[in-house]
Amino acid sequence: MKLKLLVLCLLLSCFSVASAQEGTSPPEDTLLFDSTLLPAPVTNLVAFDTENDHGHAITLEWEISVDDGAGKQSVAMYEVFRWVPDLMTAIPSFRDTLDYLKLRTSSSWSEPEPGSRTDSIHSVFAKLDMAQLEQKKETLERTIGQAIRDLPAAHAAYPENGSWQQVAVAPSGSVTAEDVGTKEKDSPDYLPDYSDFYYRVNAVTADPDIRTPSEIFGPVQSYGQWFNLGRLAVFVFVMIFGFLTIFFVSHARRGADLYVRPLAGIEAVDDAIGRATEMGRPILYVMGLGTADQIATIASFTILGRVAKRVAEYQTKLMVPAYESVVMAVAQEVVKTAYYDAGRPDDYKEDIVFFVTSLQFAYVAAVNGLMLRELPATNVYMGKFFAESLLLAETGAVAGSIQIAGTDEIAQIPFFIVACDYTLIGEELYAASAYLGREPILLGSLKAQDWAKAAVIILVLAGLILANLGVGNDWAWANNIVDFFRVVD
Amino acid sequence: MKRQIPVILVGMFGLFMIFQYFVPHESSEWVYEFLLDWTIIIGIFAMALGLWSLYRVSVEKIKTRKPAWGYNYLTLCGLFTMMFFGFTTQNGEAWGWFFPFLVSANLVLVLMIQASVNKGGRGLFLGLAGVFLVACVVIIVFDNTWGFHFETAQGLQSTMFRAFFDHILIPIFATMFSLLAFFIASAAYRAFRARNVMATLLLLAALIVMLRFHPFYGPLTPYIAPFMSKTSNWLMNVPNLAAQRAIIIGVGLGIVATALKVILGIERGYMGKG
Repeated sequence: MKLKLLVLCLLLSCFSVASAQEGTSPPEDTLLFDSTLLPAPVTNLVAFDTENDHGHAITLEWEISVDDGAGKQSVAMYEVFRWVPDLMTAIPSFRDTLDYLKLRTSSSWSEPEPGSRTDSIHSVFAKLDMAQLEQKKETLERTIGQAIRDLPAAHAAYPENGSWQQVAVAPSGSVTAEDVGTKEKDSPDYLPDYSDFYYRVNAVTADPDIRTPSEIFGPVQSYGQWFNLGRLAVFVFVMIFGFLTIFFVSHARRGADLYVRPLAGIEAVDDAIGRATEMGRPILYVMGLGTADQIATIASFTILGRVAKRVAEYQTKLMVPAYESVVMAVAQEVVKTAYYDAGRPDDYKEDIVFFVTSLQFAYVAAVNGLMLRELPATNVYMGKFFAESLLLAETGAVAGSIQIAGTDEIAQIPFFIVACDYTLIGEELYAASAYLGREPILLGSLKAQDWAKAAVIILVLAGLILANLGVGNDWAWANNIVDFFRVVD
Repeated sequence: MKRQIPVILVGMFGLFMIFQYFVPHESSEWVYEFLLDWTIIIGIFAMALGLWSLYRVSVEKIKTRKPAWGYNYLTLCGLFTMMFFGFTTQNGEAWGWFFPFLVSANLVLVLMIQASVNKGGRGLFLGLAGVFLVACVVIIVFDNTWGFHFETAQGLQSTMFRAFFDHILIPIFATMFSLLAFFIASAAYRAFRARNVMATLLLLAALIVMLRFHPFYGPLTPYIAPFMSKTSNWLMNVPNLAAQRAIIIGVGLGIVATALKVILGIERGYMGKG
């Protein structure tokens, strides 16, 4: 019985091994195609200057090898080669020598590690004294400068004194590649503009030694463009919007009555200042973490000016802790002018606006401490806010202050809405200065914004319809319109 | 003229910045980078103004004995110590007279402030400050275990700078940031109170979104979890995203409008004139 079982087990194990071998048999494709067979070359290779850029880049296009995904199916990738003159190859070694000479003639020179690149250069110059080294350095600097100037001529000497160098790789199936250099003359990737470049593309198999080069394409030159056509739609929109703004501002100047929807947050500013005056407690104005070049901070300056003027009239105390020193300097000027305009220059003190720190949470700690010590009657947060928004607003709520906030940071708006009494949402921050001043010129620009918003709504709807119809019906004109509005960087 | 020149400059450079966005040419980039360098230079000069402001405000608080005025000494000594760490490096393993110098330098600072804020005993404070100043000078001259580095940023890698930054500053920042969790809880409690129809809707939406991440429904999990997941995704991707995009479009237009107003000289709030 045991012997029978043993035989049965052996038979079963043989069967399982045989079936396992059947299961691991190579797929049919690998039997039919050899991935190292010499492939056909790519065809119709063209190279041209990359559009809408600052130059120093060439785009290549080709038709794939007939053995790429079909035929022998042996193409694994494409390698792009550019002919590079010897002069260009020599420049990096000149630079290494120059770097060595600069280091050697500086105070931070120390003996290089044996066997390093610096050590090999050092062995050539080791015996030179400082004056000779300085002379060598100056000569080499001149040589490198001249070599860079000679690069177009060296490229024009094709095919003399140069070699082919790989500049890009594209996977099989690709029909395009880009040879992107840099404009920095001291970079090893520097690609000179207005030089004759020659290219070829190799179809490479799984064995990198088996490859087929294409025909050579050239000469082609790179150069910078004066207008980025990929941003044409933005340009058109900015022009139209600029025209609308100027039109409505001039309309307002002629005395047109422009209605703007009241904003509760802005209307509360006066009441909040009045409350602070009655309570004899200060007003805290926080401009956030924005820098002076950000629009939210610029809008905050304007609001600060209005608030400071009212504060000066009511003779209330104002505190403006600044996160950035440039913002502090501008805010000081804004507050000073507001006090002068209010006719109370004597009440102005430079310490109304003061610098705290440029570290986010250190700033929060300082402002929160200020809130809990001084117990301001009103906290105004206007500008750019990040993770500190809720930390500030909640502490303000704990201190029992009336809080008015405004930011264009979408992620922080919910926090302010929850923790503050009034919140200006997004663009309302920019509009606040016009609301506060009620000056017709500023109100005119708000009208332009409303018209632009209407135009955006119409364009969104039209784009939605065109994109869907164009895709469904393959209408070229519909796709062209959609493409016009697609911004290409 | 005092107001016209800034407006003209802002208009000129503002217009250049607009056109620079559309001109990718190298020469346009060069001018752009040149102007950005200027902003860095201005920022560095403004930093000196900032430090002066911090010093003056702190000294003023000490002088007028405002609540918690003692902490201002800590602020100024901390500022001075970190600056000192940032500009010094060790020449070897030994500390030498590094810490006595640091203590002496801080004492000079504290005594000088005391001398400036105290009417009485000014001579004593100045005398003591002079003694510690001499001690500092002696240590600088004779102690070669450490040195000053003003040319490079090598000091930022110095042991004491890294130690203070990594083991004091970063834990303090982490503590401040972790407070956010508690503030979110208190803010959520306030926001989700069902006072009216809108607040109730907000509460329901928040519950659905929150419960999606905690699907502990026991035996009902296969029935409820997919519903919560789908509803939560819909809430986040449809009404929430639509509202966010509306705000983003408004913000974008507002930015362009404000920039145009500044460039055209209509908005002059940054000069203190609305």
